[in-house]
Amino acid sequence: MLSAMILLPVAAALLVLWLDDAGRARLVALATTLVLLAMGLVLWAGFDSTTAAFQFTERHELFGGLFSWHLGIDGISLVLILLSVFLMPLCVLAGWDSIRERVPEYLAAFLLMEALMIGVFAAMDILLFYLFFEAGLIPMYLIIGIWGGKRRIYASYKFFLYTLLGSVLMLLAILWMIREAGTTDIPALMAFDFPAEAQTWLWLAFFASFAVKMPMWPVHTWLPDAHVEAPTAGSMILAGVLLKMGGYGFIRFSLPMFPEASVELMWLVFALSMVAVVYTSLVALAQADMKKLIAYSSVAHMAFVTGGLFALNTQGIEGAMVVMVSHGLVSAALFFCVGVIYDRLHTREIDRYGGLTANMPRYAVFFLLFTMASIALPGTSGFVGEFLALLGMFRTSSWLAVVMATGVILGAGYMLWLYGRVAFGALDKDDVAAMPDLKPREWAVMLPLAAGVLAIGVYPAPLLAPLKQPVASLVARLERAGPPAVEVSRPAAVAARARAEPAS
Amino acid sequence: MTLLQSLAVGAPEVILAGGICVLLLVGAFRGDRALEGLSWASVLLLVLAAVPVFDQGAGSAGAWGGLYVADPLSRFLKLLVFAGSAAAILVAVPFLRRSGTGRFEYPVLVLLATLGMAIMVSARSLLSLYVGLELMSLAAYVLAAFHRDDARSSEAGLKYFALGALASGLLLYGVSLVYGFTGSTGFDAIRAAFAPGTERNLGALFGLVFILAALAFKISAVPFHMWTPDVYEGAPTPVVAFFGTAPKVAAMGLLLRVLLDPFGGMKADWQQILVFMSIASMALGAVAAIAQTNVKRLLAYSAITNIGFALVGLAAGTPAGVSAVLFYLLVYLVMTLGAFVCLMMVVDGEGRNREELSDLAGLARTRPGLAAALAIFMLSLAGIPPLFGFMPKLAVLSAAVEANLWPLAVIGVLASVVAAYYYLRVVKILYVDPPSGIGFAPVEQGVNPFVMAAAAAFSSPLGYLLLGPLMAFGAEAARSLP
Repeated sequence: MLSAMILLPVAAALLVLWLDDAGRARLVALATTLVLLAMGLVLWAGFDSTTAAFQFTERHELFGGLFSWHLGIDGISLVLILLSVFLMPLCVLAGWDSIRERVPEYLAAFLLMEALMIGVFAAMDILLFYLFFEAGLIPMYLIIGIWGGKRRIYASYKFFLYTLLGSVLMLLAILWMIREAGTTDIPALMAFDFPAEAQTWLWLAFFASFAVKMPMWPVHTWLPDAHVEAPTAGSMILAGVLLKMGGYGFIRFSLPMFPEASVELMWLVFALSMVAVVYTSLVALAQADMKKLIAYSSVAHMAFVTGGLFALNTQGIEGAMVVMVSHGLVSAALFFCVGVIYDRLHTREIDRYGGLTANMPRYAVFFLLFTMASIALPGTSGFVGEFLALLGMFRTSSWLAVVMATGVILGAGYMLWLYGRVAFGALDKDDVAAMPDLKPREWAVMLPLAAGVLAIGVYPAPLLAPLKQPVASLVARLERAGPPAVEVSRPAAVAARARAEPAS
Repeated sequence: MTLLQSLAVGAPEVILAGGICVLLLVGAFRGDRALEGLSWASVLLLVLAAVPVFDQGAGSAGAWGGLYVADPLSRFLKLLVFAGSAAAILVAVPFLRRSGTGRFEYPVLVLLATLGMAIMVSARSLLSLYVGLELMSLAAYVLAAFHRDDARSSEAGLKYFALGALASGLLLYGVSLVYGFTGSTGFDAIRAAFAPGTERNLGALFGLVFILAALAFKISAVPFHMWTPDVYEGAPTPVVAFFGTAPKVAAMGLLLRVLLDPFGGMKADWQQILVFMSIASMALGAVAAIAQTNVKRLLAYSAITNIGFALVGLAAGTPAGVSAVLFYLLVYLVMTLGAFVCLMMVVDGEGRNREELSDLAGLARTRPGLAAALAIFMLSLAGIPPLFGFMPKLAVLSAAVEANLWPLAVIGVLASVVAAYYYLRVVKILYVDPPSGIGFAPVEQGVNPFVMAAAAAFSSPLGYLLLGPLMAFGAEAARSLP
């Protein structure tokens, strides 16, 4: 099943290139991504949430015993695979009209991306994971480089080299781990106890890769460039799924494989997360370019993920996962919202717009919904994730939670201000007034995203159910490393636990 | 050991030498018309010479009074060299015809160089090593100047000859020093003289350094790389495709044998030299390639970087390192050959070969298959997963990590990130830039597109399916070194 989900988009990509016809290529790509969505739902239906073990496992010794084609998913992988296959058809639709040049190549790059994303989340062999993880750079490089904006060349190089630099150090750490543990199997490595003094180095090497991918402050600078220059669907997939590979890496590798180092170095993650939330939120406030603003807000949201993960407790890790899914939907939706008006006016400058509620009321409603979800208004997915993550952080360090909570306030500031400048005010620009409201294709993208955001916001239990067991076993593994280094004052801990009860 | 037995063990070289004489005679009588026929005959001859290589099984046999050995390592290298030479002969014919240099000597000279290489990789004495190396080099000097009406080609040949002669001199001087201090040129005797526990011999160490310098020249490792970009740029492209593959493989294999067999006891001494050469090659190759505008010069620096990477495995000096280097050479040979075949197929409407990077602009739109293959070779040479070129880099890094050569491994991966930039630049030129407006000749028929497609498939992720047998092949060859 998982192999089929990886091979199908590859085959479809080749078919699309061979057809060499824009119209048919679009249909093939859409059909493929829809089939993959269906396969993802089948996975979900057949998934057993009562165990932390890997499921749907497959193992083929294709690579001469050096490593193996070993796939399988647990709840964490399942959720992220579902996110990927959910977003992909929407990405294909998002570029349906706006991409006119070299359409077959464009769609082939997206289909390859999808195969590689599923591969990253489903790989159970650490070298196989690395192959998928790095391979994604090539199609994304081409997507930004060929179909991007004015400074696309610079942005594509920066994206590629930045992430490659982070990853090669991880590769050396992986080689050392394979030598030490004598296996490339991820479950075996997760259970292997690496010596504590080596863990720090290994942790730092993995951190170099995942922190760039996340991205965390101060290695986030590739993200605004890549986002701004990428085409709409490229931004959607970059923000929606590629950034989650960093968070997935932390959950799958850094935390379970180096628990002692994670406890020892949590202060580093906390410090960077706190700086990121405050600093990038302030930077977002000052942006004149819509995509750049949303890109900086992504960095701030990802800081919630890192903060929640390294709180090293159930609420924090579950919250981080929900933030990842929620941000995947919301940021993809926001980038699409920008794309919709960019297609009409061909500018991303905030000041060029204004008063869209008057001539594009339906668009304005969706935009408002996603803005609110980004602010984490109760009833949207953002609230569930950020609340859980903050709760987890509060249990570990109240200072961390206080600083991170200001991020929510600042987030409200820049998002509402953005919405106010774009959607409210007088409709006094002629070209803006001439913009038509949503087309059916745009409805087809907006509606599923809105439904997803609201569904998770109102009833997150189906999302949390598969996460419960893997997170529980991860927390049990982390407890081996002793209590978190930061002491929680007694009343705060009691209060947090009392409030945590209904949530969990 | 009788002469007959020696002839039987050395059958590949005997077949090659006899065949070369016959082909030379045929060429002398038939003239340049015979180029196609001679080329196919040469390939057939290489296949014939490869038969006894297969036939010899897994054992190890000496011949010619200990000057020569046929062991798994020499067999591995010979098969690689024969395959590389055969491909270099086959793909050259259309190019030579187009550029008006279609002379029958080309396949014969390549065969002579191949014979030299076969002797080199089977050498078990410093003298047979020198004979093989010199036979290869002399043929190579002529090949570099093969386009004799072209000033750049003549310059390349002259430059290669002057520097190559200097390297030969260094080698001979080193050999005489080693002979003087150990009393023998045979590998076994030298090995015994340097066995662990014996007193360190400074004079012989000097000899080793000279030998190393000469071999570094042949594999174009920094600081003996200066000739590479000029010769690559000046020599005709098929000749460069040959230089970049088989001789590099043979010289690298020779270096493996010399360092680990006769001089194995001095590992602590040569390891530092190799670490330096490796770091310097990776760093210089990665940085200097950025500014290149000519594809062949770019590939020259790419060769320097890649050789530096292969030296990482040799610097580790372990069996895992040796087998990683052999695997590296195999994959490198295919990728490099493929890249040059692609370049040879970039022909404009007037039948001229285009070799500037700017000529490749937008090739993805005019010649999508060619551009895709070239992009695969570039990313594969850069070692970016999931292309197959990643795997040999992983193997040598793994050997370096196992030998605890951390600084080397870290600098290696950092250099590969820098190098990724210029490989990506080629991909950018192919895919992102607007077409250069050159009217390209229609897609070539014949053997070249086939060679290109096969090499591209091998360098693509499909290559991973061959990983098991290839690694086993390299590991078996590595076992024949002590």
